Amino acid sequence: MADTILAKGAQAPDFELSCTPDQRLRLHDLKGKRVILAFYPADWSPVCSDQMALYNESRKLFQQHNAEVIGISVDSKWCHLAFEQDRHLHFPLLADFEPKGAISRLYGVYNEQEGQSKRALFVIDEEGLIRWSYLSPDGINPGADGILEALEEMDNVHEEK
Amino acid sequence: MSLKPPITHNDQQTGNPDASFVLVEYGDYQCEHCGHAYPLIKRLLKEKGKDLLFVFRNFPLQESHPAAYPAALAAEAAGRQGKFWPMHDMIYEHQDNLHGNSFMQFAEALKLDIERFREDVESDALGLKIDADFESGVRSGVNGTPTFFINGELLAYDGTYASLLAALQPV
Repeated sequence: MADTILAKGAQAPDFELSCTPDQRLRLHDLKGKRVILAFYPADWSPVCSDQMALYNESRKLFQQHNAEVIGISVDSKWCHLAFEQDRHLHFPLLADFEPKGAISRLYGVYNEQEGQSKRALFVIDEEGLIRWSYLSPDGINPGADGILEALEEMDNVHEEK
Repeated sequence: MSLKPPITHNDQQTGNPDASFVLVEYGDYQCEHCGHAYPLIKRLLKEKGKDLLFVFRNFPLQESHPAAYPAALAAEAAGRQGKFWPMHDMIYEHQDNLHGNSFMQFAEALKLDIERFREDVESDALGLKIDADFESGVRSGVNGTPTFFINGELLAYDGTYASLLAALQPV
């Protein structure tokens, strides 16, 4: 368990969580792709809804950098399903539901007081290494500019190799 | 947060090109908060237009607002015939009641060359412009609509006319 948000350079802890009522997703299975992990407090809340809507529309921009976005909160798989359907979200939302918040804790972004994930972003490279992380105040939608900048920086380093 | 990239002649703009204040809105034609801001901007242009240039960039959230992208295309296509702002205004004035045929009706009401309008709406170029607007918004840190920038810096807009007016005070 991490007390503070995992920083750049750390290995992203592997996990497997439900992404639909009958499917599970394992982080390591995404090796070879870049992953944007977006931890957020709760389905349906106004700020989370706006943030997820923005990432939904930004998927094309992320994919240009070989990156896929994944949302994570402590909501259950059925709650996620209803939220995804209502908001037409086309990317996975993972249920950090049982044991509650275990993965959020591993990444150092669990809010013990509220019993939910903090609002935090991680950009993970093709090898599973964290290349950028950011903790946003709960009430503030961090947007996607930081994510795009991190992805671009990774592209540049790639080219220099 | 600051505006990226800066304004070019490709941006839809109205007001005084030499003004000391340049206000940029990232907006979605079907977003009700943008609909709320629309008359405020009209008023601002009326009262402060001598020293204000207003620029509109598209930020359609297509999955939440199915008419937002077609509306953006319609406005840009009207722009090809010099009628961006009349179309922009007409869309916001009918925001509560947008449907599939709305934009063709608006084009007729604005006496556009319908054949050309249809071609422009379907052209790749306008879609690419809207996508580029959206991307510039994401890069500028836009996380919802409307988001305003005054002289390139994020404006703290709270839904009131006063918050827009406050941005136009000489430094």
